[in-house]
Amino acid sequence: MTTKLLTALLLGTSILGTAGAAYADDVTLNIESWRGDDLAIWKDKLIPAFEAKNPGIKVVFAPSAPTEYDAALGAKLAAGSAGDLITCRPFDKSLELYKKGNLADLSALPGMENFSPVAKAAWQTDDGKASFCVPMASVIHGFIYNKDAFDKLGIKVPETRDEFFAALDKIKADGTYIPMAMGTKDLWEAATMGYQNIGPNYWKGEDGRTALIKGEQKLTDKDWVAPYEELAKWKPYLGDGFEAQTYPDSQNLFTLGRAAIYPAGSWEIALFNTQAQFKMGAFPPPVEKAGDTCYISDHTDIGIGLNAASKNADAAKTFLTWVASPDFATIYANALPGFFSLNSAPVKMEDPLAQEFVSWRDKCKSTIRSTYQILGRGTPNLENETWVESANVINGTDTPEAAAKKLQDGLDSWYKPAK
Amino acid sequence: MAAQTRPKRPFRWHIGIFLAPAVLVYTAIMILPLAGTLQLSLFRNIEQSQVFVGLENFRTLFGNPNWSVGFWNALRNNVWFFIIHMLVQNPIGVLLAALLSSPRLRFSAFYRTAIFVPTILSFVIVGFAWKLILSPLWGVAPHMLDLVGLKSLFTPWLGKEEYALTALSLISVWQFVGIPMMLIYAALLSIPDEVLEAAECDGITGMSQFWKIKLPLILPSIGIISILTFVGNFNAFDLIYTAQGALAGPNYSTDILGTFLYRAFFGFQLQIGDPNMGAAIATMMFLIILGGVCVYLFLVQTRLRRYQF
Repeated sequence: MTTKLLTALLLGTSILGTAGAAYADDVTLNIESWRGDDLAIWKDKLIPAFEAKNPGIKVVFAPSAPTEYDAALGAKLAAGSAGDLITCRPFDKSLELYKKGNLADLSALPGMENFSPVAKAAWQTDDGKASFCVPMASVIHGFIYNKDAFDKLGIKVPETRDEFFAALDKIKADGTYIPMAMGTKDLWEAATMGYQNIGPNYWKGEDGRTALIKGEQKLTDKDWVAPYEELAKWKPYLGDGFEAQTYPDSQNLFTLGRAAIYPAGSWEIALFNTQAQFKMGAFPPPVEKAGDTCYISDHTDIGIGLNAASKNADAAKTFLTWVASPDFATIYANALPGFFSLNSAPVKMEDPLAQEFVSWRDKCKSTIRSTYQILGRGTPNLENETWVESANVINGTDTPEAAAKKLQDGLDSWYKPAK
Repeated sequence: MAAQTRPKRPFRWHIGIFLAPAVLVYTAIMILPLAGTLQLSLFRNIEQSQVFVGLENFRTLFGNPNWSVGFWNALRNNVWFFIIHMLVQNPIGVLLAALLSSPRLRFSAFYRTAIFVPTILSFVIVGFAWKLILSPLWGVAPHMLDLVGLKSLFTPWLGKEEYALTALSLISVWQFVGIPMMLIYAALLSIPDEVLEAAECDGITGMSQFWKIKLPLILPSIGIISILTFVGNFNAFDLIYTAQGALAGPNYSTDILGTFLYRAFFGFQLQIGDPNMGAAIATMMFLIILGGVCVYLFLVQTRLRRYQF
């Protein structure tokens, strides 16, 4: 009896709800997202810009809490009440949704041609044939430096590894600044800001990454061990007690002006701009010899896809095409400096630091973090082990070779590359 | 008529009824989840459905080096965690209680409260506060060592593989030393004055009174404290998680069964949680604790002499 009553009530509200929304002939698109932080940007900037160009389509951005997003979205998709547009997590979580038939194939969507294969890699089937989300944003790795410190010590921005270490030596000899702000306590700093930051220059970006997935290269190969050898050399340049230095400690060390170089991800830009009282610059991971091709980690982070059960698929596709356009890219990238649009079209950005980061895309080749696509699936988990081993290498607990061997052994235990 | 139909001994419903609330609540919130965990450990998720696999998960846990190395490492660390508590926390607890129960001590109520306060603090606060205290950058520990000229003794303890677990154990001791202190203190207070007076008449005073009279009388309490410490330590998780994170760094040197279980059950970062393997680890923790408690109950407690006053 109560169940019936409840059902009736629910039915009533849903009919009323739809009736309320359908008073005009407008189509309303709902966006599912975990980026509650971006609510204001969507509401005030992105959605009005879209609606102005596409009368008749209304868009509602409806975020849920990041920790609840995946579970809530799964439940809504199962119940058929999920929004038309779905913000996509990179790699396996979205791939799973696509395989279950919850996300529509967008390979043929107009606008998809604006993205490079690397940008699309996070939302593709393993064979790369179908794409199911429009890439929205990525984060780029590099080094942020204290410009005042560099000027005072007469250091010019290093381009090669030798120059990089010469600069570190000079800062260390002077003693005013800690040469590099990084700690190994939280482990991921060493892996993400260290290994994945400098690594692409050694393993030649996408070439190495895809060869690793295909099984043509191993983590014990020279190109994959070499970044560990460089990381091991970082040790003397880190601050006193770096073993117990946490990520916020590193951020504070740098923004307080006590450290000269910060191995960074571009997501720091907004925070550093508000906290640092000195001028900052950025440089990409140094290459071996001047003039070498440089590679950067341009890691895909957020995408947006179409709910396969959406009743407004056409309107939703119009929206997605707009998301794939330079218009969207410009607004988005300027609203969130440090989260870069993946669009191939150049985006004009106001923030100088963000501009510097994004300018590397023109001269360097982009890749994503090596441990995410396909290789991030099993147990022992390659990404988590990379955290532990990167910290071990810097701490001196493991030699670069030993660390690489452990990682490869762990990977071999579950991953059999397709032949 | 009525006398004939009345049974000789009516079924005593009231016993069942009086027991029911406790039994039902305990079953619902303790026994069922426990049985559920044990059951979960015998299944495995194959092709999106739970399939009964017998002891296969345990074979993986002990046979596959990817799991067994982590498990034995966690168990070893956990034993060390326990040993530190037994060697440091409980003797200090007894000592503090003995000092507090001394009639000549002034402000004993203040000391009692001050020492007990950390016990009621949240793990998050304790973990965060000690991380700051021991921080090589902003911590007071390096600064204070510097003041007495011992700066060279300072190392980033929480970041060094060889010290991190011991440092965390001592933090946990600092937090929980109040509990053995309170229990022993209560036991010491309950010793009748007649016994102590009789001892004094026999010429047993001071330290020898403590060793010969008081300590034997509080041994049962020490036994209880040991078992509480054992259960608490092998279930520990919070402090390691708040201070070192789920990967229990550096290089898994602070990984104990609780954090190992957490990573297996819920997953971490890209690692996807495996509730079945997690349940297998939880079952092992249950068996270890059960074994420890049984050893205590059947071998130790039965031999402890009790004194009736």
